[in-house]
Amino acid sequence: MSTPTAILAGFQAKRRSARSRSLKPWYQNGSLVAGMIIVGLLVLMAVLAPVIAPYDPIKQDLTATLQSPNALHWLGTDKFGRDVLSRLIWGAQVNLRIGFLAVLIPFVFGSIMGGLAGYFGGWFDAIVMRVVDVFFAFPFYVMVIALVFILGSGEASIYLAIAAVSWVSYAKIVRGEVLVAKKQDYVIAARLSGMSHARVLGRHIGPNVLSQAIIYGMSDIVMDIMAVVTLGYLGLGIAPPTAEWGSMILDGQEFITTLWQQATIPGLIVVVTSLGVSWLGDGLSDMLSPERRK
Amino acid sequence: MHRLSFIPGRLLQSIPVVFGVTLLVFFMAHLLPGDPALAILGDKATAARIDALRTQMGLDKPLIVQYGLFLGQLVRGQLGTSLTYQVPVSELVLEAAPVTLSLVFFALVLSLLIGIPLSGIAATKPNGFADLAVRGYTLIGQGMPQFWVGIMLILFLSLKLRLFPVGGYGQTAFDHFYFLFVPALTLAIALSPTMIRSLRSSTINVLGSEYVATARSKGSGGTELFRKHVLRNAVIPTVSILGVNLGYLVGGSIVIEKVFALPGLGSLMLNAIFSRDFPTIQGVTLFVALFVVVVGILTDVIYTLLDPRVNFGSKERE
Repeated sequence: MSTPTAILAGFQAKRRSARSRSLKPWYQNGSLVAGMIIVGLLVLMAVLAPVIAPYDPIKQDLTATLQSPNALHWLGTDKFGRDVLSRLIWGAQVNLRIGFLAVLIPFVFGSIMGGLAGYFGGWFDAIVMRVVDVFFAFPFYVMVIALVFILGSGEASIYLAIAAVSWVSYAKIVRGEVLVAKKQDYVIAARLSGMSHARVLGRHIGPNVLSQAIIYGMSDIVMDIMAVVTLGYLGLGIAPPTAEWGSMILDGQEFITTLWQQATIPGLIVVVTSLGVSWLGDGLSDMLSPERRK
Repeated sequence: MHRLSFIPGRLLQSIPVVFGVTLLVFFMAHLLPGDPALAILGDKATAARIDALRTQMGLDKPLIVQYGLFLGQLVRGQLGTSLTYQVPVSELVLEAAPVTLSLVFFALVLSLLIGIPLSGIAATKPNGFADLAVRGYTLIGQGMPQFWVGIMLILFLSLKLRLFPVGGYGQTAFDHFYFLFVPALTLAIALSPTMIRSLRSSTINVLGSEYVATARSKGSGGTELFRKHVLRNAVIPTVSILGVNLGYLVGGSIVIEKVFALPGLGSLMLNAIFSRDFPTIQGVTLFVALFVVVVGILTDVIYTLLDPRVNFGSKERE
């Protein structure tokens, strides 16, 4: 599990080290390839869930509850007799979908706020940054849990809650990048040639500063997957009986003494997923760092 | 100018943040669907009580007046009355806070005990075997859901090895320490990757500096060099990261308290959510956020005391 600050710190360290790296074609970039393979396989698993899952993930069979792994049920069955392997495979749909989609709103909103604040400065910047400070005072889970409560449970609430909490990181990153970019010659030249603010921001600054937000977005996906899994575990996520990894861990914890696999394996697949996404993000940050494009 | 003369300014700077935090928590009640008074008192309240609260909150008055009334209560330490327990929320918060804060503090100590040696080993020989192993740990550590780490530790330390209880908080002070060990270890494992990353890179920087070369040339080496010359300088950047992460630890402990059935703020908040006890949710959220603001100020003070070069008073902070 990682924190926004952790990711920010790690991400700045990565940027520094990226500068010393040589220009390699993408397929020689080890972490990019490893990340692509892992994430690719997981996405394939999610998409093909209806085909490859041996059983219906929500169909109960009260004659076959709490089985240990066996030939019919490779990972056993849960307390409702549902096949754990099938739920694991179907869970990829919910967890990956929310994890990847949840970054979009905060990415767009945070980047716009940070970009405008950095570009125009003055009172707008001061207000935006104070608001950012206020949001930073609320620990991620405290805020997400409170918001999911207020907005009601369901997928839309999870998106909104995550957006409300995580836009501030994008705002901070993009603002910092814009502050640097707006002093560069190409921006000054663009302004002097009579271009409007909108055009300078959109066409000249935007493409140059967004790569950092994209790189951060990759680590944010890991955070969002964690958030979905954690909400599921707390009983505040996607409503049962939908297969979801966090609620599977919650169900498994009850029977940890006899069926340890049921809490362990969904957690392992979360670890593999975050590893894949992190590697993909590392690889992308190598490819996207501005030094490389020169 | 005295080094700590930045403190009044720093306090002044945090005033808008404190107001912002209270404003956000105030608006939580208005974001709820329906009548805020009904949300606060619950469905079972009589019409007379709801009317009374509506007047007390000034729901018929402009928002700004309502916010003023809310602030007035806050200043007197009133966070409302819990719907479930029918006692002031402030009492519940004060009862639960020590559990969460001890857990967080314990986790902080454990994460330093994990982080300092590991980052030291990793930094002595960058890209060596130990370094790669430590970096592997930080990568995987970041990808593990905290609550799952907690369950795995229960599985191994409590159920298989029978070294620790599976949950609860115990009765005596010694009990608390013993019962909190595994939960604190869980949080420490979650926090340590961040700390190791920061400590590792700052240690590498310090090891390459001239004063360390000087100390070495004078015959200093081994743990003495590490303790006297490297550690203090390498820890400084980590302090600011830890300060920010204390808020994160409090957030994390909400989840961990559920895993280990600890009677802290997290359990208070989660129980309040399932019993739709809105004043308690509001109270815990506000308390935690204000705590984070205070810790932020304290971090800056500690940072200044540790690093004589830092002077928040003379230079604009980014």
